[in-house]
Amino acid sequence: MTETFISWGMDPNWAWGVATVAGILLIALPLMLAVAMIIYADRKIWAAIALRRGPNVVGPFGLLQSFADGLKVFLQETIIPTGANRGLFLIAPIITFTVALMAWAVIPFNSGAVLADINVGLLYILAISSLGVYGVVLSGWASNSKYPFFSAMRAAAQMISYEVSIGFILVGVVLYADSFNLNEIIKAQQGHGLGIVNAFGFNLLLFPLAVIFLIASLAETARAPFDLTEAESELVAGYQTEYSSMSFALFWLGEYANVLLMATLNAVLFWGGWLPPLNIDLIPWFDIPGIIWLFAKILFFFFIFSWVKATVPRYRYDQLMRLGWKIFLPISLIWIFLISGWLMLTRYS
Amino acid sequence: MIQLIAFYLFATIVIASAAMVIFARNPVHSVMWLILAFFNAAGLMLLAGAEFIAMLLVIVYVGAVAVLFLFVVMMLNIDFAELRAGFVRYLPLGALVAIILVAELIFALGAWSAGGVDLAARAAPAVTDKSNIQQIGELLYTRYIFLFEAAGIILLVAMIGAIVLTHRQRGGVRIQNISSQNQRRPQDATRLVDPGVGQGMEL
Repeated sequence: MTETFISWGMDPNWAWGVATVAGILLIALPLMLAVAMIIYADRKIWAAIALRRGPNVVGPFGLLQSFADGLKVFLQETIIPTGANRGLFLIAPIITFTVALMAWAVIPFNSGAVLADINVGLLYILAISSLGVYGVVLSGWASNSKYPFFSAMRAAAQMISYEVSIGFILVGVVLYADSFNLNEIIKAQQGHGLGIVNAFGFNLLLFPLAVIFLIASLAETARAPFDLTEAESELVAGYQTEYSSMSFALFWLGEYANVLLMATLNAVLFWGGWLPPLNIDLIPWFDIPGIIWLFAKILFFFFIFSWVKATVPRYRYDQLMRLGWKIFLPISLIWIFLISGWLMLTRYS
Repeated sequence: MIQLIAFYLFATIVIASAAMVIFARNPVHSVMWLILAFFNAAGLMLLAGAEFIAMLLVIVYVGAVAVLFLFVVMMLNIDFAELRAGFVRYLPLGALVAIILVAELIFALGAWSAGGVDLAARAAPAVTDKSNIQQIGELLYTRYIFLFEAAGIILLVAMIGAIVLTHRQRGGVRIQNISSQNQRRPQDATRLVDPGVGQGMEL
């Protein structure tokens, strides 16, 4: 994009700055719109599975429901509890929201369409997503209230536990792709399966990791069945109990932006990102812009997320910990050995 | 130009938030300032061209170590009056530590400016086309392989030690056995009986 601005007669330094700001807006604004629509889709899918109608009043088919909700919370009063730690209470939702937006900087939307094409892209995502826990923990502590505090404790333990196995899964992908750059990882998937299929997920060695990553990303975003942080039967609304108005809305937006990010990571790391599913040019697969393939994959994974939310009952806390530490962690560790051994035999011998 | 602005921005925030770690009254606020300091230190690493170290700093220190700090500090029941009462008693010890640290800093700075090593080469990155990660990996797994493995063994021993210290067998606790639960079929748990009128059935 920088070249375009230079060709319009701009100073290269200024062109870089303007291009970066434009890129940030080009990602952040559609992302906010996507979050609004994805909340609507989530409620509609959930309703359909529960044989209800879902939102259908505001706008055609209820399409404007999220915007109506947004306007509602915007007009409400921000209530800060007297016993709350004011500064941290207000900073916590901002951290959640900002962190949810920051990770999108390295997501490639097409072969060249990425805001920051850095060679440690995957590590950057790990680093940023590890910051997400602070928003939850701080909001729980700063509310100075029992249930939010319980929820914060749960969230911290849960996110750290599942981050460990996610990290190991990413190591497996990186070993295969030979790069930390997300674009390189996608390119390494081209024709990966017998020269026909564009996905790591069809590799028998990597498929178990893809499944574990999908489940762990449910836990990492605290979606059902792992939504113990806001288990309404035990903790009212968890860490966001004391929040109202825009401070609540920021949690809400951040949560769904994180869900979208995790769906995107699933698509990018294991299912070919912006590549078409097959590496054959019989039908003009490659003429369809990559961004459409990526969006289709994101929406597919989001559908799985809300499908799971509508059908699977909530885990108990000890079951959650058992799954993370006693099942996912050993499996992903063993898989690193398997993958590196296989690569030593085939690629580096 | 933008590097200069970024450097002074990061450096100022690191120093300011490091100072705030000490000056903040509330320990939770201290931890938050510490996290800000870590984060900006990672920014400084990025400017020095060490993007791998920068990311590791954020993942390890901000994402794991500081979370544990925050955890512990949040659980503390802090009595601010008592904290202030101890100030005078610990002042001599604190002052001693401070003096030693300042002396060391002065020595380090003196050695730095008097050193015979080429000053420009110390901060400048080596010119190669390889990425940061590859360079570190090649060094770690060839030249420093024994140190690296020794570090691994020490961590393993520490981990086993921590598990041994905290692990205890508690009697009289019923623990869920998930595999036996999964193996249980409806036939094992239910039976179909057809008792006669007025007879009832044995359970």
